[in-house]
Amino acid sequence: MPMQAPTVYIQNVNLAYNNETVFKNLSMTLESGKFTCLLGPSGVGKTSLLRLIANLVPNNGQFLGKIHCDNSFPIQQQISYMAQTDLLMPWLTALDNALVSFRLKGNVTKEDILKATELLIKVGLKDALNKYPQELSGGMRQRVALVRTLLQNKPIVLMDEPFSGLDAITRFQIQTLAADLLKNRTVLLITHDPIEAIRLADKVYILSGQPAVLSSPMSLITSKPRDPGDPEFITHQADLFHALTQASGNSL
Amino acid sequence: MKLFWRGSILFFGLIILWQGMVSFFQLPPYILPGPWSVFKTWYLQANLIAMEAIPTIIETILGLILGSLLGCLAALTMAFFRPLSLWILPILVISQAIPTFAIAPLLVIWFGYGMASKIVITIIMLFFPVTSAFYDGLRHTEQGWLDLAKTMQAKKWRVFWHIRIPAALPFLASGLRVATVFAPIGAVVGEWVGASKGLGFLMLNANARMQIDLMFAALFTIVIFSLLLYFIVNIILRLLIPWQKEIAKNS
Repeated sequence: MPMQAPTVYIQNVNLAYNNETVFKNLSMTLESGKFTCLLGPSGVGKTSLLRLIANLVPNNGQFLGKIHCDNSFPIQQQISYMAQTDLLMPWLTALDNALVSFRLKGNVTKEDILKATELLIKVGLKDALNKYPQELSGGMRQRVALVRTLLQNKPIVLMDEPFSGLDAITRFQIQTLAADLLKNRTVLLITHDPIEAIRLADKVYILSGQPAVLSSPMSLITSKPRDPGDPEFITHQADLFHALTQASGNSL
Repeated sequence: MKLFWRGSILFFGLIILWQGMVSFFQLPPYILPGPWSVFKTWYLQANLIAMEAIPTIIETILGLILGSLLGCLAALTMAFFRPLSLWILPILVISQAIPTFAIAPLLVIWFGYGMASKIVITIIMLFFPVTSAFYDGLRHTEQGWLDLAKTMQAKKWRVFWHIRIPAALPFLASGLRVATVFAPIGAVVGEWVGASKGLGFLMLNANARMQIDLMFAALFTIVIFSLLLYFIVNIILRLLIPWQKEIAKNS
């Protein structure tokens, strides 16, 4: 990473689609080098918020407010993005998919290839380097996507439920990898899985309601990834489940 | 293997039906010759048929290649310069409303009795399916890939080259398959209208002289060539664009 990861300030943002308000006056801070998780009921606007930060608001969205970093660079140049699906391209091998950001810049150097190979081996894809995405399992594909994100070497990483499609064990493994590899980056992870949040987060927010509002953050302090046997894990899990049940609004 | 058996049963079934009709209705050979006499003519006239097949094959393949290239070029131009498509697309649609058969004589006058006019007719026939299939593919790139490229701050033409074109190739492939079916028709139509060589010319001549067996022999040659061409193009496309199934699954 070229510099210390910046803090991202999201200040008084309003977002509406076709005049229907998603959220109003929403403010949030992604602390420098910390892992922030955002939870909330589906359809509440979590993805919209992440896409707003990533500058991916579609044409029918109206946006007001300010999003900026505490360094002087524009935020768009400092982010990398992981979507709900792995977005691997079927005509490229795992290695070439990992290198896609360099291809799109028109410049793949030997060092880039070496670094990509190293990272792919590190995440356990030694035998898959030259395989096509169609030949890989969901977990392997998502690991390629993670390597692609890391190779962009951006200080801010935005992730939109990237591990939600994986089975429990694969997800557990990839979370461990992510915690290690995304260290010291400013990360925003959207998830619907409270356990994922507790394993990885320094700060947890819940977005709920219509228009959506943000809860006060829950802070976790022990080192990551947290083990499910960790006492802090268990306490927070209970708290988070209660908070989420409340946020979903329908008591059974 | 299943396909082979089904094909064989279908083939021999039709031959038997054909022979049955000829025997049952006592059809004279100048109306409908039996399969055996057609085969005999095919064998005896093999040299003549082969000689006439050469120009047809050349016209078909050249027309297919040139028409596909032109079709690709038009699609790429329209997709890359979007405002231009508003002008080109109506012209293409209008050009398709003109029946190729009707203007074929004119094209023969313009481009001569030789191969050029047949190639032009073939190009006109298959240009549109290639353009429209490829253009469709270029316009419907998966949004996720484009989003990803945007967050990577990629330039427009690099996104075009590295994402939109490869993502559209499976669509182009289906356009090319349609074009492959059209190509021999284009060449034969051209030969009907005015030519001194080719299987279309041979068919027309044989028809005029009541040599229906020779006409059928030429017809079957065209059918076999068309099937063979389709088969080969299909294999080439599958080898060159192995991610066709993957894209089809997504969309």
